[in-house]
Amino acid sequence: MSLWRKLACGVLLLVLAVSLAASWIAPGGYARQDRDAAGAPPSRQHWLGTDEIGRDRFARVLYGTRISLLLAPAAALVSTAFAALVGGLAGYLGGVWARGAMAVTDLFLSLPWLFLLITVRAMLPLNVSPTFSVLVTFLLLGLWGWTAAARVLCASASSIRNSDFVRQARASGVRGSRLFWIHVLPNLKPVLHAQFWISIPAFILSEANLGILGLGVSEPLPSWGSLLKELEGLVSVGEEPWKFVPLLLLVLVVTSFQLVLSNRNEVAA
Amino acid sequence: MLGRKIAQLGLTLVATALLGGFLSATPVRLAPGFDADETALDPHLSSQSIQALRRDRAEQHNVLTFYIGSLRLALHGDLGTSISLKQPVGTLLHDRIPLTFRVVSLGLLMSWVCVLVLALSTVRVRTPAYDLLATVIAGLLLCVPAAVLALLSVLWNLPGALAIALIIFPRDYRYTRNLLDKAYSLPHIITARAKGISQTRILFWHVVPVVGPQLLALAGVSVSLALGAAIPVEALCGLAGIGQLAWQAALARDLPLLVNITVLVTLVTLLANSSADVIGHAWRGRQA
Repeated sequence: MSLWRKLACGVLLLVLAVSLAASWIAPGGYARQDRDAAGAPPSRQHWLGTDEIGRDRFARVLYGTRISLLLAPAAALVSTAFAALVGGLAGYLGGVWARGAMAVTDLFLSLPWLFLLITVRAMLPLNVSPTFSVLVTFLLLGLWGWTAAARVLCASASSIRNSDFVRQARASGVRGSRLFWIHVLPNLKPVLHAQFWISIPAFILSEANLGILGLGVSEPLPSWGSLLKELEGLVSVGEEPWKFVPLLLLVLVVTSFQLVLSNRNEVAA
Repeated sequence: MLGRKIAQLGLTLVATALLGGFLSATPVRLAPGFDADETALDPHLSSQSIQALRRDRAEQHNVLTFYIGSLRLALHGDLGTSISLKQPVGTLLHDRIPLTFRVVSLGLLMSWVCVLVLALSTVRVRTPAYDLLATVIAGLLLCVPAAVLALLSVLWNLPGALAIALIIFPRDYRYTRNLLDKAYSLPHIITARAKGISQTRILFWHVVPVVGPQLLALAGVSVSLALGAAIPVEALCGLAGIGQLAWQAALARDLPLLVNITVLVTLVTLLANSSADVIGHAWRGRQA
């Protein structure tokens, strides 16, 4: 493991640990208002100042980081599982199944996902609870992100299907689901791992984009997207630099992911 | 052979657009409040008129019937009326398409000029520091959400097209650089360089024929990336284009408008990808 990768792993673990300890570090929580200090600059009491309704920005960054860092892997898990099911099975079965599954995958790949995502997100009633909005946002990301991975997995499963050890297993009488679960799927693990890990930063960035557009996690729950929405009100970059802390943290985390995954990208390709 | 390929792509395009339209129409039908019609609350209407309105609604109850009805109307040029803006969808699209076309095409042009210049220079110069600098710039841009780049372009008074260019640039740069690097490592190109053939001749006679079809495919993909980037850029930069319209429609739950925009963008994306595919196919055919 190179020095850069070790450093990136360390940064990710540190950020995750700090965000998990948010309840101890910022016991006031992300929703408590200090109405006398609304829109206040950083102070000893509020390290990153407060937002326009007096909520502590530092606490919101910690809780927002926790939400993004815990739910992005969950969305990645959903998309990888879906991709494994569609792509893996299509590649394993081959023939008409593979062609059919890949046609569906191509269809999904050619649809502009951001447009569809906001269409489906817009379907939700206005009065959904914040927790439900978080779950739906990340679930939608997971359900929409499986296509590219399914293509890769189909190609990998197809090559495994034609490999000597699978032919030997088939000749020995191993059939159907047992062949898939015991012999094919375990050999797809490296590709599945790679797809899972490379989906995480992509989902973090997607949630941030949706959040800035006001279509992500609902208030009062914080997320990196909703925290970055504050940048919209700035007149100049140097005006309130502490508002850029969530952006710096996001860039740091996504860069760390890219560094950690640099060799996994090659596996996925 | 090429005619067959074009026919195949045309069929795929129509099938995908129809299926995409159906996928988009389904949420409209299932959306909360679809069955409610505020005109039925008008106290001036007779009970027969209200019954007639309900009958009209009941005919649209089945998703497939609803979709076929919408398609029939669309074929006659009626794309429906926007719920939030109270204007025909066709007029809204007609007014906003030119701006999006201008911003997206300018963004794509800027991005591809930067990608080609930087990728070619890194491959040709082969200085580790320069290569590292280009990779770090592309890597950092890749880690910044598209919407933040749009916000920063507003803060720094930069044109929206530049924000689109910065969003597409890192995604295309990595692939282009790798493709060019592989092409310059091919034995016949190394031989050509060793024989002292000019760099321009090597580029246009030996490198471009190798990487051309793949770069075309990448260009096709970058069109859909640019259209996706148009949503945050237009919404946050205050540009009245299709992206801003999609964002406004999403916030206002204006599903008929969103569905039409989605189908339109799907068609443009497919056309761009199919054109890149056909040109790439013809190119390879000529080389063979």
